[in-house]
Amino acid sequence: MSYVPHTAADRRAMLAEIGVESVEDLFCDVPQQHRYPELSLPEPLSEIEILAELRDMSEQNADLDHFFCFLGAGAYNHFVPSVVDHVISRSEFYTAYTPYQPEVSQGTLQSIFEYQSMICALTGMDAANASHYDGATALAEAVIMALNVGRHKKKRVVLSPSIHPEYREVVRTYTQGMGLTIVGDDDPANDLQALQTLIDRDTCCVVVQNPDFFGRLSRPAETQTLADAAHAVKALLVVVADPISCGLFKPPGDYGADVVLGEGQALGNALNFGGPYLGYFACREAYARKMAGRLVGETVDSRGQRGYVMTLVAREQHIRRERATSNICTNQALNALAAGVYLAAMGKRGLRQVAELCYHKAHYAAQRIAALPGFELADDALFFKEFAVRCPLPVQTLNDELLEEWGIIGGLDLGRFYPDRAGQMLLCVTEMNSREEIDCLVEALEEIVETWEEREEEHDE
Amino acid sequence: MKIDPNCRYTESHDWIRVEGDEAIVGITDYAQNELSDIVYVELAEPGDSFEKGEAYGTVESVKAAADCYLPVGGEVVTMNETLEDSPELVNSDPFGDGWFVRIKIADPADLDGLMDAEAYKAFCEAEGGH
Repeated sequence: MSYVPHTAADRRAMLAEIGVESVEDLFCDVPQQHRYPELSLPEPLSEIEILAELRDMSEQNADLDHFFCFLGAGAYNHFVPSVVDHVISRSEFYTAYTPYQPEVSQGTLQSIFEYQSMICALTGMDAANASHYDGATALAEAVIMALNVGRHKKKRVVLSPSIHPEYREVVRTYTQGMGLTIVGDDDPANDLQALQTLIDRDTCCVVVQNPDFFGRLSRPAETQTLADAAHAVKALLVVVADPISCGLFKPPGDYGADVVLGEGQALGNALNFGGPYLGYFACREAYARKMAGRLVGETVDSRGQRGYVMTLVAREQHIRRERATSNICTNQALNALAAGVYLAAMGKRGLRQVAELCYHKAHYAAQRIAALPGFELADDALFFKEFAVRCPLPVQTLNDELLEEWGIIGGLDLGRFYPDRAGQMLLCVTEMNSREEIDCLVEALEEIVETWEEREEEHDE
Repeated sequence: MKIDPNCRYTESHDWIRVEGDEAIVGITDYAQNELSDIVYVELAEPGDSFEKGEAYGTVESVKAAADCYLPVGGEVVTMNETLEDSPELVNSDPFGDGWFVRIKIADPADLDGLMDAEAYKAFCEAEGGH
């Protein structure tokens, strides 16, 4: 199968030119015993056999065509209208990487511009970039941007403990060596008021998530108070937000956010086994020049016709080199296109409807589960489409039973990230979960616990 | 190419005009011409102190971004706030309305090694043939 364009004569000539006898000589620096390891691979198979084997393997996956899913925690099962795949499968979009000689690709630039415009409308911000790798890296870029806005003089970052735990880890990874002091997320009890007390003159940004990792919504007025406290010391308020929630609730721009970002997968992107996703990122105009990533603008050409260009490029790494505010010059173009097509297809009313369905179905599910013996809601708070439930059995046990006996993918075991929430399951309900599915989950939970208790009693006798 | 006879110059095309124990600093006509249309100037804030030769700001044009270096050590007293909305002043009047910052000179001896107008003119001619 391998295609090697060089003839034996070519290779001899190249080896002679650099003064070695054979290709093997090129590996003389690798210790002898590691040079040609025995890989003990199975015998090669025919294409027909390989396809059969791969199909067998893929059928072991618990995919969403065959399982009910109540897992969220950052990646969400929302409906993707067929028009999304139809548009992104066009070869003009499908094959193009982020444009480096961009202005010839007006269609690509227009699609990015429209995506950015819709992200701004959704979040209540002035400028959005062409996207980041995912929600976590978008947050890391926001923290670095706040550091740059504060001219690297202010090194304190206040993080809410109810931001996605993996996002907080990525912030720490990205900002290694920058001398930041990251506070606030060490105590899971820190609410907005507690975070406010942690803001000082050395603080460059305060980050909260709304709805938070547990699905809870904060009241706009409370977040505005936190924003005012941040602004009083010239710190930025960064809000991580589920974009679907912005279709129903006030956008963060309305309650003091300077930067709004998050995971954009929920917009027209399938779960894709965890990636590729896209991080959306938007900010107030005053900070647009400090924003990482690529930015497309609309302009007019010399004949007065509308056209699209890469804008504010001098802030980017390929021009500013080592003094660029970020070394990110790339974006998740195809995923952002999917998000753009999704938003255009749904429209303001469609998106609101999706969010309302999530809200009502999640509340129906929460109400029914809370009524089961042994189960109760962990938080007394407003919530959107996710909620934490205290369970009478270990979450892992429940999830194993749900998956194996009922064909249901259960919720996240919160104890994995929050020791104080051991025994709690984070459930997610979207427009994709029918009432029958929810009722099935409730029945399953009830039966698993009953069976377990009966077994325990027998054991005791 | 304009050269102000009352200024001293650096090889990085920054100029300084001494006024008592203070001085005004900017970039030269040669520099603005090389950069072409300037779209943004980011400057240090009053109170910030810099060593001689340290970057105190960034000029961004349609084709490049360049750092500006302080010809002598000192503390920023005021900055040209009009550049925030009218960065094109750096192109139209680099020695006048397009000035960058006023500083308090830390050590007047720093001025010694700088070029005068004559020397700077020769330097530019050697460098770019303008």
